[in-house]
Amino acid sequence: MTLLDLTIFLPLIGFLVLILMPRGNDELVRRVAIGIAVLVFLLSLGLIGPVMSAPKDFQFVQNTPWIDVMKINYHVGIDGLSMWLVILTTFLTPIAMLVSWKHIDQRVKEFFAFLLLLEFGMTGVFVSLDLFLFYTFWEVGLVPMYFLIGIWGHDRRIYAAVKFFLYTLAGSVLMLGAMIFIYNRAKTFDYVEILKNIQSGMLTFTHTEELLLFLAFFIAFAIKVPMFPLHTWLPDAHVEAPTAGSVMLASVMLKMGCYGLIRFCLPLFPGPAHDCAPWIMGLGVIGIVYGALVAMVQPNMKKLVAYSSVSHLGFVVLGVFTFTQAGLDGAVYQMLAHGISTGALFMLVGMLYERQHSLEIKSYGGVGTPAPNLTTVFVIATLASIGLPLLSNFVGEYLVLQGASKVNMLGTVFAATGPIFAAVYMLWMVQRVFYGKTDGNLHMSDLTMREYIALVPMIAMMVWMGVYSQTFLPAASSQNAEILKMSQDRRTAVADIAKPGQQEVRDAR
Amino acid sequence: MPANYLPTSDEYLRILPEIILILTGIIIMLIEAFRGPKDNPPFHAVTLGGIVAAFAGCFASTSGPAFHDMLAVDGFATFFRVIVLIVGALTTLMSLSYLDREKADKGEFYGLLLFSLSGQTLMCASNELIMIFIGLEISSIASYIMAGFMRDDKRNNEAALKYFLLGSFATAFMLYGVAWIYGITGTTNLEGIRQALVNNLPTIPMPAVGAACALMFVGFAFKVSAAPFQVWAPDVYQGAPAPVSAFLSAGPKAAAFAVLLRTFMTAFSPISNRWEPIVWGCALLSMLVGNFAALTQTNIKRMLAYSSIAHAGYVMIAVASHSEIGTAAAMFYLAAYAFMNVGAFAIVTQFSRKGERYVNISDLAGLGKRQPLSAAMFSVFLLSLIGVPLTGGFMGKFYIFKAALDSDLIWLTVLGLLNSAVAAYYYLRIMVVMYFNEPGEGTALAEAPSMGMTAVLVGSALGTVVLGVVPNFILNLATKSAAMFR
Repeated sequence: MTLLDLTIFLPLIGFLVLILMPRGNDELVRRVAIGIAVLVFLLSLGLIGPVMSAPKDFQFVQNTPWIDVMKINYHVGIDGLSMWLVILTTFLTPIAMLVSWKHIDQRVKEFFAFLLLLEFGMTGVFVSLDLFLFYTFWEVGLVPMYFLIGIWGHDRRIYAAVKFFLYTLAGSVLMLGAMIFIYNRAKTFDYVEILKNIQSGMLTFTHTEELLLFLAFFIAFAIKVPMFPLHTWLPDAHVEAPTAGSVMLASVMLKMGCYGLIRFCLPLFPGPAHDCAPWIMGLGVIGIVYGALVAMVQPNMKKLVAYSSVSHLGFVVLGVFTFTQAGLDGAVYQMLAHGISTGALFMLVGMLYERQHSLEIKSYGGVGTPAPNLTTVFVIATLASIGLPLLSNFVGEYLVLQGASKVNMLGTVFAATGPIFAAVYMLWMVQRVFYGKTDGNLHMSDLTMREYIALVPMIAMMVWMGVYSQTFLPAASSQNAEILKMSQDRRTAVADIAKPGQQEVRDAR
Repeated sequence: MPANYLPTSDEYLRILPEIILILTGIIIMLIEAFRGPKDNPPFHAVTLGGIVAAFAGCFASTSGPAFHDMLAVDGFATFFRVIVLIVGALTTLMSLSYLDREKADKGEFYGLLLFSLSGQTLMCASNELIMIFIGLEISSIASYIMAGFMRDDKRNNEAALKYFLLGSFATAFMLYGVAWIYGITGTTNLEGIRQALVNNLPTIPMPAVGAACALMFVGFAFKVSAAPFQVWAPDVYQGAPAPVSAFLSAGPKAAAFAVLLRTFMTAFSPISNRWEPIVWGCALLSMLVGNFAALTQTNIKRMLAYSSIAHAGYVMIAVASHSEIGTAAAMFYLAAYAFMNVGAFAIVTQFSRKGERYVNISDLAGLGKRQPLSAAMFSVFLLSLIGVPLTGGFMGKFYIFKAALDSDLIWLTVLGLLNSAVAAYYYLRIMVVMYFNEPGEGTALAEAPSMGMTAVLVGSALGTVVLGVVPNFILNLATKSAAMFR
């Protein structure tokens, strides 16, 4: 039982405890839930030290048999790439609970239980080193999110919940098929072992097989990211979800897809990843511009933030498939930064909704006068989201653009319009909501103590990530270098074999 | 040496489960005959006792053949016997409150249930075509009556009549196939048929063998409700009393698959290249018909009937892979399926209420609020039917697709996987109604499940989750038992 195991399973235990608690005492339920979530967060902080000291290696490795017959192991470990994502998850879960404290008054017990179950699934995804285990966690996260949207969501919640579930499931069943295919060849589900065998050439696939396997994984992840044109579930899910659901969805769940791209698609199938990279980068750039343009015309605040996510995550896809150190680093940084800034924006929109019961921009105006502190925080989050220097998103976007410029200048130019459009749609929304005439909003209350407690850490993180990226970047960066090396090495090896006259040799293998 | 023709005591022990089940059935019929009009003998307790004793009886003997190789009591047989008996026990428990509610004759019902069970356990152990036929008939005739058990109910009558007519027809097909194969090979013993086919492969009239094989496949495919022989299933499952539908959708199906697997993995194994494509098509067609027809159903029983056709399709994938691991996958899947499907029908039984008036999906509106425990259990069954990890349904599907990929059935795997994503839609629809809709008339007066029903729900849910989280033991058993068919 390592510290990592505790971080994974404590939320599950919390889920069971909450389910078994008697109905009726909502306040106690909330306290127990947040107590567990905070405890998990504190525990997860203990992961930082050991991982930072050797970010290239998996730490806290636990490898015990689970299903012998198929050699499926409970194999977990954490490295520089996954560590901050785990901490992002454990950091946001208690905050998501805080913002739902009063807002959720129906079936409180189930709500908080599902949040913990969600945390269990998402943490597991980031630390699984066994493909089967990974898939298990991947799907486990789906169920609580389905309920969070479906039970506590807004008007069109049922449509959104079902769409969310089916989209993700449809994408991931093919990934499951690909995993089984790999297993039948490699005789193991163990990620580390498969990677080693692929690197050493012990495990080879034909060109077509490799391409199809890559696509099966890629589509599952691309739906989750979500990458244009597979993003259509996201605006619905985001808009209809309750605040906590939107926060967890945008901040962490989307990162599961990004993480999968980096962890699995690049090192396992470098050949097809390189072959498809231009297309994927193209789609990434389209996503950036398209998301921004659509966000601009949204009358609904949540939808606007949702489309801004499509745009921001286009950067992640673009960065990953540049196959440059800067691009990959930027992608990972963007994942974290987007988690914080968009999470904060969804929280703030949720707070506005609690006060005015509307998500439409036009039902607001002049909120700055009655609620100046709320406005200040909102503007800071907005600026971070736009990518203002010294705030979190700037670092990631800059690095991605830098990486992309080495590969494709034209694409970079188009991608660079993203932050510009972001400034347009975000600031325009701020202007319409917080400034101008105040009719009807004069009695809006300002931030409460509970909301401060939820928001201040987010603001602090935005500033910290913007000012001193050295805290976060090196751990991921060294692991990225490793992944880059793995995906590059074989590329050249394959290129060698593929020299004229030797084509048959490769096919024969 | 006449002494050789007498069965040994070991051989009697090997049919102990059948002996116990039939004796218990006869006892129940006798009690029923001699009870006074006001008496209310504890039929369910006797039945349950009989089933538990039969369960123990499965493990009373050593493995081996019995009665001149007519039966083969091995790991495979025991595995399926246990599944069938568990289905029987769950059906007994859930019928208790149902029969009370509908004011139906209990003795007759439980007697028939036991006879049907004995036929199924016999099928599981049959190693010979005539035994298969006898087991099938014992099981079927009892279940025809059970399907029409509420004699005054029009839907019951319709179900029974359809089941009987089409079922007899299918049995006739099978019997015709048996006759052909006997004519060609001169034996009805499965292993003997295999030997005969292997030894005389060049001289054997292939069209005749193929026809015999196809005729028998028709009979089996009917019993497992695989397309294109599935048309009876929706009407029968919808019309029959809910506990009977639960029983029919799990028990006879498991037994029929046991027979199908045993026959095709041994007797017809030499001509596998002939039947594999047919099973392939049958698997795909069952999944397509089952899943796409289920999408539009409003009646839960009918929807579950179509879903059971789709699930027969998944198991057919395992059969089509024609390998040890495929057999093991089918075995595991049927075990998981027994729990999740019986559980789902138990919910229907509970909330359909007197006369089964509330059997539409919309009637479950708000069940999550009114009956949180039942709704949670139902969710477990539905998630397992979808195939979400940590449930038995997922492990089973996973194992099946693994077997299929092992045998290079790549297209069937891809189509099967996509099918299971389609299936998610109609299962989710029930969860939507239960949790996301406001309570309606259907659940307004819903009662909390009785003791027996709670036991069924909790037991099935536990079985489903255990098979999903710690499947080691059962997977090992299935793998070992499947290793017999080489």
